[in-house]
Amino acid sequence: MIRSVNDRLVQALGADLTPVRRLAPPSLRVLTWLAIVGAAALALAMVSDVGAMIRRLMAAPDMWLAAMGSMLTAALAALAAFELSLPDRKAAWALLPLPALLLWIGASGMGCLRTWSVAEANPMPPDQPEHCLIYILGISLPLSLLLIVMLRRGLSLRPNLTAIIGGLACASAAATLLNFIHPYDAAATDLAVHAFAVVIVILANTIFGGRILMSNTR
Amino acid sequence: MILRFLTNARLAMDSMGATLMTDMSLFYDSDVTIPSVYGAPMTPRTMTVDAESSGQKEVDCRRAAWMVAAQAGDRAAYETLLRDCIPFITRVARGQGIRPDLIEDVVQETLLTVHRARQTYDPNRSFTAWLRTIAQRRAIDVLRRVGQTRTREIHAPLAYENHSDPSDGPEETAFHIDHTEVLNSAVGKLSARQREAVEHLAFRSRSLAQAATVTGRSTGSLRVDWHRALKSLRTHLSGKG
Repeated sequence: MIRSVNDRLVQALGADLTPVRRLAPPSLRVLTWLAIVGAAALALAMVSDVGAMIRRLMAAPDMWLAAMGSMLTAALAALAAFELSLPDRKAAWALLPLPALLLWIGASGMGCLRTWSVAEANPMPPDQPEHCLIYILGISLPLSLLLIVMLRRGLSLRPNLTAIIGGLACASAAATLLNFIHPYDAAATDLAVHAFAVVIVILANTIFGGRILMSNTR
Repeated sequence: MILRFLTNARLAMDSMGATLMTDMSLFYDSDVTIPSVYGAPMTPRTMTVDAESSGQKEVDCRRAAWMVAAQAGDRAAYETLLRDCIPFITRVARGQGIRPDLIEDVVQETLLTVHRARQTYDPNRSFTAWLRTIAQRRAIDVLRRVGQTRTREIHAPLAYENHSDPSDGPEETAFHIDHTEVLNSAVGKLSARQREAVEHLAFRSRSLAQAATVTGRSTGSLRVDWHRALKSLRTHLSGKG
């Protein structure tokens, strides 16, 4: 009886079989996603003062370290999310973006201390924080949609973890792109707004992205 | 005392034999058996391991080839592969501490996952390792589900036996039959595709994905027919149709 249930299932799955296009390796898929992020960066570079941004980032080591940290976090978190979207990958992939994330947080914290202690720093005007929030959320939304569509082609057996790491990738990519249109040093309010925006993006990805990825596995 | 002496002596001879085998294995092919210093002939351990390992590799290569053919749409290779995977998944489930009555659940969940994840298999990696990870995850899911059920349900055979069955009365039975007839008639008025959606999603309590697998239709098409069927049933059963 039990055997016949398995047999019937095998036959049903055989009848449902259609040719599939094998998924590209995660490294290639992450490059595709990063190329689209790069295209967005190019578009932003065309409407912003890139020279001023480079001068500002080079003015203090914490500025370029924070930008590099967020960029590395985006790339490594995206790679980890693509790895986690495959059923045979270990959960330890989620730790991949951790060093870059620590660099980003550490450098941003240093920048915050610098603006607090140095008089000539260029802090953000009080009406700007909501703009930062809107920019990060606005840029994260299309990046998250794209990433979820791409992750959905795989089959993650840890959909929530995959969505969290995917959310981190989108939020850090958005924070990196924000440098083009954010000509201020990191102040405490600024840092808190960025952290708040990143948390919202990760939460939204976990709730909506996690559900979409979960529906894929059932 | 004498027994301990004999055991120690045997262990010492085992060790000597192992050393001899290790040394001699450098010079002999894998089909050579070296006579034991006591009793039955011995096969060198390293050679046995190699043979086992090459056997496993062969099985893995065979499964990988079937999977590659399945990815291209070869149904026969796919069904052969799935049947070949069942004993392996059963072993993995047992290894994860799954109760015998739940092993079939793990097998079926794993086969369904393999079906949905077949595009993710990379022929450059081991198929057996890929399958083992999926089976282990599915076994954990089944254990978690059982654990959750236990927190909600209790084993109370006496309460179960003493619970009165509301459908026992003739009046209720007649009412129930009447209801069933009305429902059957309403379902009978649906289109074949809508009826199929109702049968799988409502009567057999299947998920959209499972129903799609069994019927060979897309989940989107099933969902559309399901909603249309519900609307139509609502109209029929409320007496407006």
